[in-house]
Parts: sequence; C-alpha cells; structure tokens
Amino acid sequence: MNYWWLVFAMALVTFLPRYLPMAFANKLKLSPLLLRALEFVPIAVLSVIIAQASFYRGGELDVGFSNLHLLAATGAVITGIVTRQMFSTIVAGLLVFSMLKLIAG
Amino acid sequence: MSNKRQFLDGVVATMPLVIAAFPFGVVYGAMAQTIELTVLQTVGMSAIVFAGSSQFIAVTLLASAASFPIIVFTIFIVNLRHMLYSANLIKRVQHWPQYWRAPLAFWLTDETFAAVSGRLLTQSDASGLRWFYFGSAIFMYSFWQLSSLLGFLLGQTIPGLSDWGLEIAMIVAFIGIVVPALKARAEWVCALTAVVAGIFCYDWPHQTGLLFSAVIAIVAGLLVERGQA
Repeated sequence: MNYWWLVFAMALVTFLPRYLPMAFANKLKLSPLLLRALEFVPIAVLSVIIAQASFYRGGELDVGFSNLHLLAATGAVITGIVTRQMFSTIVAGLLVFSMLKLIAG
Repeated sequence: MSNKRQFLDGVVATMPLVIAAFPFGVVYGAMAQTIELTVLQTVGMSAIVFAGSSQFIAVTLLASAASFPIIVFTIFIVNLRHMLYSANLIKRVQHWPQYWRAPLAFWLTDETFAAVSGRLLTQSDASGLRWFYFGSAIFMYSFWQLSSLLGFLLGQTIPGLSDWGLEIAMIVAFIGIVVPALKARAEWVCALTAVVAGIFCYDWPHQTGLLFSAVIAIVAGLLVERGQA
C-alpha cells in the first residue's frame, strides 16, 4: 500500500482527538464537575510524563544515585517549591544535571 | 498587550520546550532514514502528522513490518491524551472562530499545551491567548520540520544520539511549568498521585498507562477538593 495513505490516516487519527473537543466547544454541555476535572489535566498529564521519564532509564525502573535524570528532576522540584518560578526551576534542574554528569564522568 | 507581543511571548515561553524536542526530531529523522524512507516521506510525515510520539511509533512499526491498520490504531490510542488537552481548552476557545480553532488544534502538542497552560496558570487574563498559542505553535512546528530534516541528513553518522541525556531538558521544562503552579492541596494530591500511578503503569501498552494514571490523578484531586468543601 502507498506510504502516503498511511500518513494521511495517521494525520486523521492525530488531528481528530485534538480538534473535536475544540470544534464543539460551544455545543458541548459539560457538567461543572467535569469542567473542574478538566482543569486538573495539565497537572495530571504532565506529572505522569515527568515521572515516567525520570524514574525509568532505558526501560528499567532506576531509583539509585546512578539515575542522574531523577536526581536533577528532584533538584528542579525542590527549586520550584522554594522559588515558585519557572525559569529558576529549569536552570536549577539543568545545572544539577550538568554538574552530576561532570562528576560521574 | 498587543497581538504581536502575545505572539512573541508564546515563542519565548516555548523556547525551553523546543530545545528539548529538537533532539527527538533529529532522532526521528535519523530513524526514518535508516528504514529507507525518502527525505520527502520523512519530512512530509512531520509536516502532515506533526506528533512526535506517533511518528516514532510509525517508523518503529514500519521497521518491524507491522500492518497499516495496527499502526493507525496504535497511534490513535497514543493520541487520546491530546483529547484531554483539547477538552481542557474548551472554555478558552468558545469565542474563537473555527478557522482559528482548526489550525491551532492541528498544532496542539505536549509542548504547546504546556506553554499555554503555564501562561493560564500564572496569568488568569486569557485575552490574546490565541496569538500566544499561535506563536508557540508556529515556533514548535518550524523547528520540528527542521530537526526531522537535520536528522535525516545526519542519518547514522551520530550513533547513540538518544543516550546523550537530552531528555532532561523536557523533564525540567515540564517541572518548571507544573511545580510553581501547585498551590491548593487538591493540586498537590493530583500531582503526587500522577507520579505514583505513572511509575506503576509504565509498562502498559501504547501509553494507556499514561491516560489511566492521569485519570486516577484527576479523580484523586477532585476527591480531596470535595472533601474540603
């Protein structure tokens, strides 16, 4: 089969989930509870992505000191709690990671 | 704020996320080259589909000669989290015309959603949001094409690119958005539940664990909030 048919089908199943809720935004009657639930989406989904990317290295759960991603993420989380600011949180996380990378060789 | 200013703010807010996504695009391009897609096919998929995880799955499955329906179904499941993003934005887009909604929905990625959410969590005034979103999306889209092309051209000349620890940029960028936004106890419970559930459901196929964990975390947040009221 033609490669471009695959791409077209992929585009469709990627675009529809992205568009349908927005497309019907004015017609959907969502309950206040559901609307409140949706407000938690960024925190919930991004936290899962953060956790899976930092706790798992190469497909294996790694909670030891060898997991530099997890250590740097922890540094970033602590900085975020203290400073409550995006920029310093990112910088702190990257700094911790680079320093550990240097030390670990 | 002027529309131009909003647009530029969107670009700036997406900067760390674009830097984080760039190596993924390069790896995608390199993978596509090794399974003998042409340059047009490689960048064409980036331009028409525009979804990092979907494209990785496609090239991985194409390499293992999976059938087209399997590939498309897998990608559909993986993309369901975007439906949550889109639903989260319902209140914001209600007064946007469809000719704004459709392209912005096409450009709805983890990165742009993170940037837009970050803006909404720190400043409640949503006016001009579409220009902020547009700036974020265009920036992300152009660099995604560029990184795919670069990956294709570099091909196998950069072995082990994925071992460079570049994922850290994405991790800390997302932490930078989520953690400063955590205020109410319900939000903390939601985030912590997401972390624990995400660790336990990591092995689930096609990122269904991601969806499941997110739903569990949302329910936990709601329960805490209701319990306090």
